[in-house]
Amino acid sequence: MKILVAVKRVVDYAVKIRVKPDKTGVDTQNVKMSMNPFCEIALEEALRIKEAGFAKEVVAVSIGPSQCVDTLRTGLAMGADRGIHVETSSSFLPLTIAKILKSIAEVENPELIFLGKQAIDDDCNQTGQMVAALLGWPQATFASKVVLDKEKHVATVDREVDGGLETLCVDLPAVITTDLRLNQPRYASLPNIMKAKSKPIKKMTVQDLKVDIKSDIEILEVTEPPKRKSGVMVSSVDELIEKLRNEAHVV
Amino acid sequence: DATLILAEHESGSIKPQTVSTVVAANSLGENSSISLLLAGSGSSLQEAAAQAASCHPSVSEVLVADSDKFEYPLAEPWAKLVEFVRQQGDYSHILASSSSFGKNILPRVAALLDVSPITDVVKILESNQFIRPIYAGNALSTVRYTGGGPCMLTIRSTSFPVTPITVDSESRKATISQIDLSNFKEGSFTFLLCIPILNFSFFFKKLSFPFPIADSASKSRYVGCSTQDTERPDLGSARVVITGGRALKSVENFKMIEKLAEKLGGAVGATRAAVDAGYVPNDLQVGQTGKIVAPELYMAFGVSGAIQHLAGIKDSKVIVAVNKDADAPIFQVADYGLVGDLFEVIPELLEKLPEKK
Repeated sequence: MKILVAVKRVVDYAVKIRVKPDKTGVDTQNVKMSMNPFCEIALEEALRIKEAGFAKEVVAVSIGPSQCVDTLRTGLAMGADRGIHVETSSSFLPLTIAKILKSIAEVENPELIFLGKQAIDDDCNQTGQMVAALLGWPQATFASKVVLDKEKHVATVDREVDGGLETLCVDLPAVITTDLRLNQPRYASLPNIMKAKSKPIKKMTVQDLKVDIKSDIEILEVTEPPKRKSGVMVSSVDELIEKLRNEAHVV
Repeated sequence: DATLILAEHESGSIKPQTVSTVVAANSLGENSSISLLLAGSGSSLQEAAAQAASCHPSVSEVLVADSDKFEYPLAEPWAKLVEFVRQQGDYSHILASSSSFGKNILPRVAALLDVSPITDVVKILESNQFIRPIYAGNALSTVRYTGGGPCMLTIRSTSFPVTPITVDSESRKATISQIDLSNFKEGSFTFLLCIPILNFSFFFKKLSFPFPIADSASKSRYVGCSTQDTERPDLGSARVVITGGRALKSVENFKMIEKLAEKLGGAVGATRAAVDAGYVPNDLQVGQTGKIVAPELYMAFGVSGAIQHLAGIKDSKVIVAVNKDADAPIFQVADYGLVGDLFEVIPELLEKLPEKK
C-alpha cells in the first residue's frame, strides 16, 4: 500500500506576521518558512503506518515555488521515501490544489491520502474534502486517531467534532485530514537529513498534469485586524469585582 | 436571489449556529429568499423542521430530506444531497455555519459544483464581497467571488449574533416541504468509478463482514460518538467563558475553573497547552484551531496569551486576565488585568462573587 501526503510551505508558526503596507497580502520575504504544522502531523501519521508494516511507501507532494523543495527535503528527512514537486510561481486556490492532487493520485494510485486539516496561512480547511469529492473517495476529516485494518481494507478514524469525538469507518482508498492531537511529529535526525539528500524528488508542472486552474476568488485587500485597546490593571480581587459590576456590568 | 442553508439540528431543534447563518444570509440582499435544508431521519427531524419554520422571520422555506441515509452527518451522502437539491433550485448562495459539520461538508459540495468556497466569513460587504480572517486572525482578507456557480460560504457564528426578535411566530411560519428522494442516488457515479480499482476477491470478502450500518453502497459508516455531557452552556455560544491554562497544573486544580464557571453560569474553556497536558478534553480548547468564542465576559486564568489563543477570544466583550507573570501577552488584550497567583485569586472570587440568578 502506498500513502500520499500533501505538504505545504507556509510562514513558520512562531513568526509574527506583518501585513504589507500596500494591503496586497502578508509579507513573506525574508521570513522563516516551514512545513505547515498540520501537514507535519499528516506525514508523521503516514510514517507510523509504514513503520507498523501497513504501507510500503510514503510519497510527499508539495505544490508551489522552487523553495518547496526545502519543505520536501524536510519530509524526506522525517522518513518519506520520495517527493513530488509541482512547481509554480502562482498561488492557487484550494480547488486547484485539489485538482492537482487528484491528478497525481490517478497516476500514483495511493490507497490513502493524508493532508493537514488546514494550512496556518490561509486557514481554508478545504483541500482534503475537495480531493475526496473529486476522486469520489470517502473522507475522514479532523482525525485524532487512525486505526487501519488491512484485512477488511478499512480505516477507523476518530474525528474531532464540536462537542466531542465522532468515530467513522471508511473504505480504502480514502482521504484523511489530520487534527492537532493525532500525534507528535518527530524531528529529523542528522543522519536522516544527510540521507534525505539522495532521495528522489520528481519535478512536475501544472501543464504536465493538465489541470484547469480555477481562479474564482479575487483578493481585494489584506488588512490588520482592529486592535483591542489595552485596559487597566487592577490590584486586588475586590477592585476587579467592583469594576466588573459597576463599570463593565457583566456580573 | 435565493440562498440555501445547510442546517444543523439536534434532538429535534435547530442549532443556534444555523440561526446565526440565517442572520448572515439576511445581509446578502434585500430580496433574497432563504431556504433551510434539513436532512436526517424520523420524528426528531420533523420536529426540528417544524421549529426551523419559525426560527427566524426571514426563512421562507424549509426543505426536509428524510432518509436513513442521513441518519448521521456523513459528508458523502450529504454533499450529494446538496448537489441534488441545487439541481432543482436556482440558488445564488449556499451557506453553512463554520462548525465542524459545515467545514466537513461544504468544501466537498463545492468541489462537486466546481466552486471555490469561502471559509469563516466574519463580515458580508456585498452579495459577493466578504471579509475573512487569515493567519489565525492576525490579518483580515477582503475577497470577491467572481465565479459563475453559486457563491458558497461558511459563516463564523460569533460574528453574526442572533438578536431576539419578537414576532408572531404563527404568522411568520415558513412552508415546510419534503424533498422527493426517489431520484436521489447517493453514490452511483463514484461507485462505478471505483469498482475497477478494487480487487474483486477482496471486495466480496469485505461484504461478508457485519458493518455497523448494512449499506454496501456507502463507503463511509458512522460508528459512534462520545460527547461531553454537561449541563453547562455550550462553549461557542456561552455568555460567560472561564478559561484555564497550563498554570492550573493538574486535572484536580482545573475543577476550580469549573466551580467558577458554575457560579457565573458560564462555560469552561482551556488553552491548547492545558489540553495537551491532559487536564481537560480537547473539545474545550479555545483558539483559532479550537473554538472561537465571543462571550460578554471572558476570564483567563494562568493563560499566557499565545497568538492562536488570542485569535479565538478577541471578539469577547470584556476580557479579564489573571496571571503571575506581569509580562504575559494576554494583558495586552485584557480589559482588566490582575497580576497574582490564581490559586489565591480563584478561591477569593468564588467567595466574593455574587451567585448567578
